[in-house]
Amino acid sequence: MFDFQPTILLIEDEPDIRRFVSTALRAEGCLIHEAETLKRGMIEASTRPPDIVVLDLGLPDGDGMTIIRELRGWTEVPILVLSARTSQSDKIAALDAGADDYLTKPFGVGELVARLRVLLRRRVRSGADGTTEIVFGDVVVDFAKRVVTRAGLPLHLTAIEYRLLAVLLAHRGKVMTHRELLREVWGPAHIESTHYLRIYMGHLRQKLEVDAAQPAYLMTEIGIGYRFAG
Amino acid sequence: MNDALPTERPDPDALLRSIATADARARRGKLRLYFGASAGVGKTYAMLAAARVQQAQGLRVLAGVVETHGRHDTAALLEGMEQLPRKDVSYRGHLLKEFDLEGAIALRPDLILVDELAHSNAAGSRHAKRWQDVEELLGEGIDVWTTLNAQHLESLNEAVSSITGVQVWETVPDKVFDAADEVVLIDLPADELLRRLQDGKVYLPDQARHAASNFFRKGNLIALRELALRRTADRVDDDVLAYRRDRAIDAVWRTREAVVACIGPENDVDHIVRSAHRLARELDCDLHVVTMEVPRIAPYSKRERGVLQTGMALADTLGAQTETLPGNDMVTALVSYVRRHNITKVVVGRTAGSRRWTPISWLARLISPVGVVRHKSFADLLALQCPEVDVIRLAASTHVEARVTTAEPGRLAPAEVAATLAVSWPGYCWAAVYCGVAVAVSLLAFTVLHQTNIVMLFLLAVVGVALRHGRGPAAFASVLAVAAFDFFFVTPLRSFAVSDVQYLVTFFVMLAVGLLIGQLTAGLRSQAITSVQRENHARALYEFARELSSSLLPEQIVASAGSFVRASFQSRCALFIMDDDNKVQAAITDVDDLPPPDAALAQWVCDHGQPAGTGTDTLSASSWLYLPLKAPMRTRGVLAVESSNHPTLGQLDMRRQLDACATLIAIALERLHYVDIAQKALISMESEKLRGSLLAAISHDLRTPLTSLVGMADNLLNGEPALPPERHEIVAAMRTQTLRMRTMVVNLLDMARLQSRAVPVRMEWQSVEEIVGAALADMRDALGGHEVTVSPLSLLPLVECDGVLIERVLCNLLENASKYAPPGTRVHIAAQVDGTELHVSVADDGPGVPAGSERAIFEKFTRGERESATTGVGLGLAICEAIIGIHHGRIWVETAAPDYAGARFVFTLPLGVEPTPYPEPLV
Repeated sequence: MFDFQPTILLIEDEPDIRRFVSTALRAEGCLIHEAETLKRGMIEASTRPPDIVVLDLGLPDGDGMTIIRELRGWTEVPILVLSARTSQSDKIAALDAGADDYLTKPFGVGELVARLRVLLRRRVRSGADGTTEIVFGDVVVDFAKRVVTRAGLPLHLTAIEYRLLAVLLAHRGKVMTHRELLREVWGPAHIESTHYLRIYMGHLRQKLEVDAAQPAYLMTEIGIGYRFAG
Repeated sequence: MNDALPTERPDPDALLRSIATADARARRGKLRLYFGASAGVGKTYAMLAAARVQQAQGLRVLAGVVETHGRHDTAALLEGMEQLPRKDVSYRGHLLKEFDLEGAIALRPDLILVDELAHSNAAGSRHAKRWQDVEELLGEGIDVWTTLNAQHLESLNEAVSSITGVQVWETVPDKVFDAADEVVLIDLPADELLRRLQDGKVYLPDQARHAASNFFRKGNLIALRELALRRTADRVDDDVLAYRRDRAIDAVWRTREAVVACIGPENDVDHIVRSAHRLARELDCDLHVVTMEVPRIAPYSKRERGVLQTGMALADTLGAQTETLPGNDMVTALVSYVRRHNITKVVVGRTAGSRRWTPISWLARLISPVGVVRHKSFADLLALQCPEVDVIRLAASTHVEARVTTAEPGRLAPAEVAATLAVSWPGYCWAAVYCGVAVAVSLLAFTVLHQTNIVMLFLLAVVGVALRHGRGPAAFASVLAVAAFDFFFVTPLRSFAVSDVQYLVTFFVMLAVGLLIGQLTAGLRSQAITSVQRENHARALYEFARELSSSLLPEQIVASAGSFVRASFQSRCALFIMDDDNKVQAAITDVDDLPPPDAALAQWVCDHGQPAGTGTDTLSASSWLYLPLKAPMRTRGVLAVESSNHPTLGQLDMRRQLDACATLIAIALERLHYVDIAQKALISMESEKLRGSLLAAISHDLRTPLTSLVGMADNLLNGEPALPPERHEIVAAMRTQTLRMRTMVVNLLDMARLQSRAVPVRMEWQSVEEIVGAALADMRDALGGHEVTVSPLSLLPLVECDGVLIERVLCNLLENASKYAPPGTRVHIAAQVDGTELHVSVADDGPGVPAGSERAIFEKFTRGERESATTGVGLGLAICEAIIGIHHGRIWVETAAPDYAGARFVFTLPLGVEPTPYPEPLV
């Protein structure tokens, strides 16, 4: 169940999928607007601004990428991409264009609802109290003081480690592609140096996770990027 | 500091050169030279003695040619050594015993002894000289030991003959000596040698006995010994230099010097080329030899051209770069060449630039405005125009006559002489006719015309003759004109007597002017003819190049080449094109009833990249000339040109034209080859793209209904009102089966992708910990009932792989573990570095793999238990193997005992050199 009644725009051309997704989400208490084409989707999004957009990438009248770029021109609404394609490059392209998360078909309803919940929570939080602290597990990150503590003890992070953590926390729930992270932390000259990420994510997991091999927060989206879960 | 830098650095070109040479050397056989001052010092003996030692050490030694000269101690050394039978070659009725090159190559010994490197082979052998045989043996990778006397070395030849007065014709180019891997100097003091001579220990052929008395004088022997010692010492110097270059031991890297020798037909070319070569060798620098082709009053005679060609050929054997410079003025042409090639020294003969004294040349110089300047010598002018080079003027040589070798094409064949004469006779007749006409016209107008104008009429006739019929007839006409003028128009008329002495001046001036105008006009005419010819050649080449550039099939190239050779050289030609197996295939254009070209020889030319046949060193008796078609990447085939009705085919300018033609054909063939490759690549790329999009479409179409099925089952399970328990169970089973179906579909598609190579592999530096983490997150549901442990992974190095594919491997292995090991048992993931590999393993407590099927389970559609309820089509492990194969790793299964009850699957990934981490300043 959601904390409030969110409005969800579902853009999907396959009627069966549209039907089961909207049935499941209505059962969760959501308000669903359906669109089966790109054009309809754009009209819906601009006339009845949704809290979240669920978008199928393969639409009959064009590529879903177009709608992501259009939407990102004027709104920060979370976008969840549904993809039947297995190739990583499509997902990366969608995420780089501004999508927040993706699900590969076939997916379970439970999975979909969980992802939507994370995205909505971030939306709510970003508009909320203005606190400068983020807490996960036994770790507290205080952005105002630039201090990280774990179980009450101060934790030493290098400048790069801190910046990487800050970027991930700023986009909680969103899948950050390798390029996005490299650009934000190391600068545009280093967007091909993915091994930096591997090394520093390893360091962060060592310092912040209980079991680095089975992380609870610093999740790997293999071949795509990373996501801060929770 | 800045000044020091360039001098400390080895010349990169020089290093590259030495690497390339070392490379070629590694494949070649090694050459050891036993070098001596003269015959009789004991080279053959020393060689045989050393060879016996090698033989005793187990090397297969073959005595190719060993001249014992009937000496018993030498013959004794030969005993017990494998000997190559000589080949019988019949030459002018004599049966000669020659070295059997093919036989030697066929036997493939480790080491072959070939005595007398300077020996000339009988006509009809593959190579003209034995040193060429040796080159081929070395090229085949066979080590060769051989012997050489100082006087046979090309660069010492002249010095030796001037010391001893005995001319030796059999020579070996210095490049062979310099390229030898080892030179062993066999040294014997002169007195010792003379004693051996008196004791009869030195063999001398009968005909040489009288020459020997001159040759084996103490003074000669001492001089010869010194020459040999010095030459060997020079070689050691070179070795030291090469060693230094390799190690860059100290800063002796001076800028490269280069020497150019400038030869003309009237010079003592031999002397100039050899002297320049000696100078270049002493400076350790490149040698260029150039000759100039400038408009001249008289074109080169056949003899002069022969001299030039001999000089250029000698320069070639000495390893010089040769060039014929065109231009209007010799000095300007040479200066531009010197600047272009960074030449530091110019060598000219004492007479360079001037001509033999002839009345014509003298007159020309007297009158010609340029002649005033020409008072300065060629060397002075050169020094004036190009002050930065050293101009070296050689002392005139003692040899007056340039040496013309027997193979020299410049010497006139009797038939050719006849042809020249036959062409000339009508010219002389015409000269007489012209003069006759002039006489007739003058006689008719005698009363009207002044004598001066009659002279003019005669001069006009001379110009006419020169213009139409060339030099000789013009001179003849001049003399005839003077005579006719005297006879018909000078008093007393109808007599050669002259009453007024004044007329003698008229005659002399008339003759001089006539000769001069005649020669100048004829010179202009021949120049015009030459330039038209050259233009025609250039145009023909250009058209040929254009034709070739538009050909799309080998047949078109063959046809173009045939018509070009026919038009330019009036010869027939054949092309051999190299196929994919490095065998030449004949693509003959128009060889009707002629003896066809020899395919075996063409193959040889193609393999060795060297020309053969007429006018070359190899099988010059052949009636065809074979040129390799050398393209930038490799030799593409052979151009054979029939030369029987074209005896001049071997000549220099002709050969240049043919070489240009061969290069054009080679490039055209290479272009076709790459067009072919590009087309094939395009086709395979297109078909791969097609496969890729087909698989993507199938994947999409299969996933969409599965998504609906799973989603609708979820709806039923979670919907209100809740389903009765038994129906709930059925729907839940539907959902599980659909998800299994998904796994199977994914596996099938992945296998198809992997097999069709439609998977783009993205190699990146990955962390194993991360991949294991992602795989565990993906498989969390499936592994829910198992106790999963992971060994510490954070200290492992990064490994270069495609993270998505390796995660796939881990997922499949974990899925197998979850399927075959009962719930509640343990699954363990471990990874460690083993040498240059990373080993990753998944162990479980399951039943293990049946003994004997450890390999079979990696086959497609093979399953651990044939008749079990466990689902799957047995593609998981096959996919793993395919993926690990892409990464050049290995995958296998072993028993996990004693730590675990079941199987342990292990895969390896090669470890590379880790990339440097981001340099972060310490905080």
